[in-house]
Amino acid sequence: MQTSIRIQVNGESREWRSGATVADLLRDLEITTERVAVEVNLEILDRAMFAQRPLKDGDRVEILSFIGGGSF
Amino acid sequence: MADDRLVIAGREFKSRLWVGTGKYKDFAETQKAIEMSGADVVTVAVRRVNITDRSKENLLDYIDPKKYTILPNTAGCYTVEDAVRYSRLARAAGVSDLVKLEVLGDERTLFPDTAGLIEAAKILIKEGFIVLPYTNDDPIVAKKLVDIGCPAVMPLAAPIGSGLGIRNPYNLKILMESVKVPVIVDAGVGTASDAALAMEYGADAVLMNTAIAGAQDPIAMAEAMKYAVWAGRLAYKAGRIPRKLYATASSPIEGML
Repeated sequence: MQTSIRIQVNGESREWRSGATVADLLRDLEITTERVAVEVNLEILDRAMFAQRPLKDGDRVEILSFIGGGSF
Repeated sequence: MADDRLVIAGREFKSRLWVGTGKYKDFAETQKAIEMSGADVVTVAVRRVNITDRSKENLLDYIDPKKYTILPNTAGCYTVEDAVRYSRLARAAGVSDLVKLEVLGDERTLFPDTAGLIEAAKILIKEGFIVLPYTNDDPIVAKKLVDIGCPAVMPLAAPIGSGLGIRNPYNLKILMESVKVPVIVDAGVGTASDAALAMEYGADAVLMNTAIAGAQDPIAMAEAMKYAVWAGRLAYKAGRIPRKLYATASSPIEGML
């Protein structure tokens, strides 16, 4: 049985334990779920789905939040 | 001025000065400048969270979303696809349906790609977004944006961050007369008189970032901008005198020796 998976998080390759959900990932990275958006394989995940969505090998996860900005 | 509220898509705003949150030295300075400006709308960008260094502070720890309207932008997006993607991410991050939509056409000028802007706005409006488009000082494009459902338009005064002031006052004036929605002059303001002028022309609000954040004393400039926008608004409402080539005496002739 596979015990670890390889995923991309914000462009970085990371090894993660299999069976972890998006919510687990955020918790492990110490990111509060408030005011973050998560995209998995280009699909935006509803906040309610964070704990439901298991991470799979090869998943590309993007975690975004607000930063200072006016116009670009 | 207390009852002189700006209303966009049913939302009331107290301040007619809106500010960006980029380019400040640190979050403390950002917070202080915003406070001094009196702005109640602040723009933010959507970017990747730093996953390697979690010690980094969060902007929204300094700017209370209960006190300010947080207006996410799609800064840095050059395609319709990217602008739509970032708008959706901003909404998912959970502030509101508001988005300041930017679809940029060119890295050197950062002028908007107005064809892309209209296309992206259509998609987002259909998805329930309240789209505030960053556009050119082009009255025809502004009318098109209003026709497809934008509740306000945000024409530039000059290129973003250029500080050149209003490059095309006549176009801007025509634009303001062409649309029935609020016009927020966005980008290009350099100093207080530029902001006052925009308001005197009849702008409903002014949005700026670099003019404050890039000033030698951003906190003092934030305060200057607050008064400039007030003064410009009051002058607009008061109605200026017509320009004349020759003098008109303001003291009576009667009683002279």
